[in-house]
Amino acid sequence: MATQAPATAIIPQTAPRRLVLDVLHDWVTTVDHKKIGLMYIGYALIFLLIAGFEAILIRIQLAVPNNHFVSPQVFNQLFTMHGTTMVFFVGMPILFGFGNYLIPLMIGARDMAFPRLNAFSFWISAFGGLLLYFSYLGGSGLYGAGSAPDVGWWAYAPLTARVFSPGHSSDYWTISILLSGVGTIGTSLNIVATAICMRCRGMTLNRMPLLVWIYIVMSSLVFVTISPLTAAQIMLMLDRYAGSHFFDTQAGGSAVLWMHFFWIFGHPEVYVLVLPAFAFANEIIPVFSRKAIFGYPAMVAASVGIGFISLSVWAHHMFTIGMTSGANTFFVLATMAISVPTGIKIFNWLATLWGGKIHFTASMMFAIAFLFQFMVAGLTGIMLAVAPFDWQLSGSYFIVAHFHYVLVGAIVFMIFSAFYYWVPKMTGRMLNEKLGKWHFWLFLIGFHLTFDFMHIPGVLGMPRRIYTYEADRGWMLLNMIVSSGAFFQAVATLLFVYNMVWSYFKGPVAGPDPWDAWTLEWSTPSPPPAYNFVVTPTVESRRPLWDLKHPDDPDSHYE
Amino acid sequence: MLVLGITSAIFLVVGGLLVYVLLRYRHRANDVNAHQEPPQIYGSSQIELSWTVIPILIVVMLFLATARIIFATEDAPKPATALDVTVIGHQFWWEYRYPKQGIVTANELHVPVSDPKHPTPTYLTMSSADTNHSFWVPRLAGKVDVIPNRLNTLWIDPEAPGLYLGQCAQYCGTQHALMLLRVYADTPEQFAAWVAHQQQPAVEDPSVAEGRAVFQHTACISCHTVAGTVATGTFGPDLTHLASRDTIASGAVPNTPANLHAFIDNPANFKPGCLMPAMHLNQHDLDAVTAYLSTLK
Amino acid sequence: MSEAAVIPQNTNAAWELPSRGIVGMACLITAESAIFLIFIVAYLYYLGKSLTGPTPREVLELPIFTSICLLSSSATVHMAVSALHQGKRSLCSLWLAATVLLGGIFLGGTALEWYHLITVDHLTLQTNLFGTTYYSLVGLHATHVTVGLLMLSLALFFSLKGSLSSKHTGRMEVLALYWHFVDAVWVVVFTVVYVVGR
Repeated sequence: MATQAPATAIIPQTAPRRLVLDVLHDWVTTVDHKKIGLMYIGYALIFLLIAGFEAILIRIQLAVPNNHFVSPQVFNQLFTMHGTTMVFFVGMPILFGFGNYLIPLMIGARDMAFPRLNAFSFWISAFGGLLLYFSYLGGSGLYGAGSAPDVGWWAYAPLTARVFSPGHSSDYWTISILLSGVGTIGTSLNIVATAICMRCRGMTLNRMPLLVWIYIVMSSLVFVTISPLTAAQIMLMLDRYAGSHFFDTQAGGSAVLWMHFFWIFGHPEVYVLVLPAFAFANEIIPVFSRKAIFGYPAMVAASVGIGFISLSVWAHHMFTIGMTSGANTFFVLATMAISVPTGIKIFNWLATLWGGKIHFTASMMFAIAFLFQFMVAGLTGIMLAVAPFDWQLSGSYFIVAHFHYVLVGAIVFMIFSAFYYWVPKMTGRMLNEKLGKWHFWLFLIGFHLTFDFMHIPGVLGMPRRIYTYEADRGWMLLNMIVSSGAFFQAVATLLFVYNMVWSYFKGPVAGPDPWDAWTLEWSTPSPPPAYNFVVTPTVESRRPLWDLKHPDDPDSHYE
Repeated sequence: MLVLGITSAIFLVVGGLLVYVLLRYRHRANDVNAHQEPPQIYGSSQIELSWTVIPILIVVMLFLATARIIFATEDAPKPATALDVTVIGHQFWWEYRYPKQGIVTANELHVPVSDPKHPTPTYLTMSSADTNHSFWVPRLAGKVDVIPNRLNTLWIDPEAPGLYLGQCAQYCGTQHALMLLRVYADTPEQFAAWVAHQQQPAVEDPSVAEGRAVFQHTACISCHTVAGTVATGTFGPDLTHLASRDTIASGAVPNTPANLHAFIDNPANFKPGCLMPAMHLNQHDLDAVTAYLSTLK
Repeated sequence: MSEAAVIPQNTNAAWELPSRGIVGMACLITAESAIFLIFIVAYLYYLGKSLTGPTPREVLELPIFTSICLLSSSATVHMAVSALHQGKRSLCSLWLAATVLLGGIFLGGTALEWYHLITVDHLTLQTNLFGTTYYSLVGLHATHVTVGLLMLSLALFFSLKGSLSSKHTGRMEVLALYWHFVDAVWVVVFTVVYVVGR
């Protein structure tokens, strides 16, 4: 006989107000996955604002030809720091933050498998970010002209060798990412161990929320993705300080070897970033369509397939380096192949919406924009997979537009969607829907102004990473439009930050399940207590709360 | 066009379906069944199979078309009439050597136009003296990277005479943005004349003897070559026929005496971060050297 | 809903999931293998490409004895885990001590080999591409051996102190897994550097 026990006991709220120092101490020493998750997210939001500001400066400089808003040295630092920060200190932490917070709750566990490793991973990553930004204050870069890294976020050799980068700017880049890489591997290890070893009773792999599946794939990818970068960075440090010759072309070393190692990291890295966006979509779209996700097994297979194929496509970033026609052709095939599982996911989301009852909350609007924009990004990706096309457009603003379409149009939009969906669980307060819709429309307009038009200068021959351009190339009007969009996005983001702060204090109480959803995190109070569940639950299907709410028609009959 | 066709078709079909779904299935509060959940559909093997197979077929088709172009371009047989030019990328200028013609020049590449019936393409063999660069003149060809300790080949065969603009397309350092490319596709007569002219040693104009003396006794000669004189440096561009070029500082500014004057005085006037140091010549010497260089046609 | 949902409990069926330690160590091993793989790729890529200096064939000799020691230490650590599982504490200490000794011999042998390479053959990290890739690859492995030996020594210390019992078998297994990984990497490095590369 099944015994009943309330998932929430009444917890007396009679503790006195605590001292600030006590609160700080609590947060600094915590090993609770929820607090660590929140710290990751908060830290990433701060860096989002900083890196966003760097982008605004870049766009001001490029709005008109022959501009002198910033010097070339500063511009080169800005685009390097913008890219490095966004990938390593915004994207990764925010996605790991959500994963950290949600995964134990979704699988009915009390915490992650290794809570102290969890805390260590956060703090070492945080230190990495601080170290990177300390570079603005110390060191000296290319020809003593600055201090922050200015070698591009890929830090191609031999530009990073001591002879071409005599100061410490490259060292800040290398060491800060090395440290955060250790944290990333630690958190990924935690995620895999948690998801495999700590699921609640009855939750077979086949009944795990798709979010957890995708985080397993993403974390597994991290092990074979971040490690090549770590190895390459160790080699770079040895070159710079121990006199080794890994990338020393004067000693017979190869600049192309760095490219291979970097992109063996770099390409799967973008899948590490986009897979969690898919994970959020897999949870949010069904709830606001009021239907189960269409094709759960295919979604799992597609995600795993994407993980594997992504390891084989890296040299499509190197179509222009003069590889043989055979090698180029292989990478064309692998790159095109990845569109098949990705397309399957898009079609499954479409089929989930089909026949549903779609609620256009702020969260859902961001998710729908994600669908459109991810599709467009995928299509420009197919264009670029055609190597001869890429020979023209590689290293141009077409590429910049393409990858921002994925990073901002798909990933950032889905992250905003995830905020509106899960912040009520994290803080116990709903975010303001009206402000959310303002945020959405302003950001959408800004995004499209910037990144739709950005494709065109690329086609017209404008390379990337240039601090200025000649007036007679015909790029000015387009650059102005691109730059104008940046301001809309900035205003929208500030509106979002305001919404977050205001709602924390004044938002309506959310309750445990504001969206009438179906996975385990919605069976706890908002915010959940430190121990998550009074008694760890037992589940019998993929949507335990659906079964509870529809005892006459539970999911377990159909799986 | 095939690529654009396929991607546009997918965009219209999938995008259209998405718009349709959003309109048709939106939740309406006044709906009779507003509080009931819609029928839960967990999957359908036939549908899922079809939208797996059809994309695979599209991918195969696109791949075969692409592979054909790759092989045709990269492995195109080199005609005997091709012109060979060696391109060496530097921070932040381009060096061009024509081995069979015995010419060394910089920043402005002259090639003959190519008649489709009797092609005379130009084969560029490229490498870098320092960091990575990339040779990109969009109207002539896709880009090919210029990498130290590696030889890459690019062929171009312009069919219309004229000036083709481009620039370095791989971030190479501070002045990557002003490492511009100017390719002059000349008619056969123009090209022959240009080659003959470039093969001459430097003009020796007696009226600028003072400037020539300043040049030859200053550090200029440790970086620059002027054919037929003691200047044999190779770190910077060859200046033998500097005055025959339309631009200086690899396309950054027009080649006028005023610009030349300002550049020699302090290259950071136009190109902060370029590797030529400010020469700190006094006004008199600066004027003299500028006058001298202006005679090097 | 003001009250959170109530999930039914069914405590009858058995529910066993893999051990956290083993899964975690497997993940770490995957990541470390990828790092080693990159150094191995660099080694292979640069074979024959050094512009100067000693070549592998000239200066490398097969380290048969030290390799046998290292690979035997996998067997001894396995015996230590078995002994602990059976609760035989002193036998566990004995096998752990053997493991540490064998690992120590391997490290000592590597140190001697390097001393000879540096002072007699004049091969260093800076000499040429071979020096760069050889020292970094073998050095990376030696670093992992050192970390493993430190952990094993710690385990030996606890075992001698009497703090270990059969309930710690799981954790010993995790450490042993790491040690097996280190030995497996040596098999690959040995093959690539001393067999294929020469």
